[in-house]
Amino acid sequence: MEQKKSNISRLSNPTAHAVSVAGFIALMFLVIGSVYYATVAVEYQWRWFKIPQYFMYQPSITLYVEADGEIASLNPNKDKVEIVIQGEEGEKKFLVPAGSFHWDEGDSVSPGDIIAQYKGEWKPGLLAIGLWVTLKISFISTIFGILLGIIGGVARVSDTPILKWTAITYVEVIRGSPLLVQIMIFYFVLGTTMNKILMMNGIPKINPEWYGIMALSIFTGAYVVEIVRAGIEAIHPGQVEAARSAGMSYFQCMFHIILPQALKTILPPLAGQFINLIKDSSLLGMISIRELTKATREGITTSLQTFELWILCAILYLLMTFTLSMFVQYLERRTAQK
Amino acid sequence: MIEINNIYKTYYVPHEVRALVDVSNSIKAGEVVVVIGPSGSGKSTFLRCLNRLETADHGQILVDGVDIFDPKTDINKVRAEMGMVFQSFNLFPHQTILGNVCLAQKLVRKRGKKEREEKAMMILEKVGIAEKALAHPSNLSGGQQQRVAIARALAMDPKIMLFDEPTSALDPEMIGEVLDVMKALAKEGMTMVCVTHEMGFAREVGDRVIFMDEGRIVEEGTPEHFFTAPTHARTKLFLKQIL
Ligand SMILES: Nc1ncnc2c1ncn2[C@@H]1O[C@H](COP(=O)(O)OP(=O)(O)OP(=O)(O)O)[C@@H](O)[C@H]1O
Ligand SMILES: [Mg+2]
Repeated sequence: MEQKKSNISRLSNPTAHAVSVAGFIALMFLVIGSVYYATVAVEYQWRWFKIPQYFMYQPSITLYVEADGEIASLNPNKDKVEIVIQGEEGEKKFLVPAGSFHWDEGDSVSPGDIIAQYKGEWKPGLLAIGLWVTLKISFISTIFGILLGIIGGVARVSDTPILKWTAITYVEVIRGSPLLVQIMIFYFVLGTTMNKILMMNGIPKINPEWYGIMALSIFTGAYVVEIVRAGIEAIHPGQVEAARSAGMSYFQCMFHIILPQALKTILPPLAGQFINLIKDSSLLGMISIRELTKATREGITTSLQTFELWILCAILYLLMTFTLSMFVQYLERRTAQK
Repeated sequence: MIEINNIYKTYYVPHEVRALVDVSNSIKAGEVVVVIGPSGSGKSTFLRCLNRLETADHGQILVDGVDIFDPKTDINKVRAEMGMVFQSFNLFPHQTILGNVCLAQKLVRKRGKKEREEKAMMILEKVGIAEKALAHPSNLSGGQQQRVAIARALAMDPKIMLFDEPTSALDPEMIGEVLDVMKALAKEGMTMVCVTHEMGFAREVGDRVIFMDEGRIVEEGTPEHFFTAPTHARTKLFLKQIL
């Protein structure tokens, strides 16, 4: 693809351009340098090496003897060994990795002795879980947001009052209050009511994640309605006339003629909306959903690695939003080629 | 085939315009009617009322005996029998030429893939554009696009064809190819209502010419009467201006 230059850069000469590139790099170093200097000044202990465990970790497992007894037998089982301890109350068996203990058959044991000490299986860390929850919630909310937005957008441009006015009311009500307040209403008002009704009928409670997904989808959907409406209104009215005069119904015309063409204008603002959605999902920590931001906060309360974890948290959001915007750019290029 | 009884149409936005005033006419099967008149005289409004793209304020239009302004009428059924060709082509830019000609066949006529594609290729052949079947509209010249638009309408096997200044947006050298297609159609016996300034076309294949001015039908008659012995002063003036 040909690179487009803005009018401003076209005016500048090559030397000025090079100076300005150098200036940019210098600026970046300056920013990073000052942050580093500031942390040195307040004597912050960077411990990045402790960070990987927030993604994957191997728990250390130590097994203790609880009652007097004797090692009855050691039975090798592939790369593990089954230790059988014969006590007064009967036999106890422990399956542990070979080499994680040093007992022989016949040794006697007493409470407090270590039977075996070894590393358990790899487990996802706090941030990995938070990242997964954020991705999952954002993905599901995006799907529902698109559905709501398309239905609402089509209703918004229709002439039927019930459809049009319902869409207008939806958009205005949702855009008119903070997302955080809406999340609270969904969880504490709607959620409490729903769960009570479900309980009265013997149905299990709905997971808070679903209230979060509802709030996010409905919030995003309202913005998508306006995006879809603008996309539809940008289509030349002659397109509708050509379709309708051939005998197509309103909905056939909408789904086969208008929306496919509107997609091109809709895509870029839609991407912006879903990038917002990913970031807005950080508010769901307020209703005890352990998404990335809440997971980070929890990590900090136990480890006190405030700087590393918040910076990492921001980088992870950046990675998600950047990937999404790359993906949408790819889609745009593909629809443009058609 | 089409009965038009005393229709009125007034636009109020942006300001009051009486686009049609007490217009009545009767179009017979197989007839080629040419509508002429100065800009803003209501020609397009008249044509667009015939398939209810515009709704008349008063009056009645019967297409094959069906009252098209009756709310109980399934207008999509009526429209399927009437092809329409616009000044600005209005091809679907997201579809290939073949897709353009097949879409309404599929959605409205419910034809199978094989049937509609055979039909499409046959008609594209007829309008001389079959080799472009897989191209997109933006890669075609204006004249080619308009011929595709005609093919798209014909693929529905309409009983009536409506043309709203089909050659006005074309470069002069492309007008001929579109008119040729229309003339061939007229000679096959298609019922046609054409708004056009192509007087040669009117003379050659028109059965009747309608002259409109300020929302009214001022004069009508055979092309011969029209171009040799117009009676109304407005008609004479108009003909003098454009011939
Ligand atoms: N949708 C509309 N809203 C308001 N006024 C309209 C509308 N459509 C047409 N008019 C007005 O009605 C009158 C008749 O318009 P119409 O398009 O039927 O004329 P026309 O004979 O087709 O003219 P032209 O040769 O320019 O196409 C004009 O004065 C026009 O401004
Ligand atoms: Mg017109």
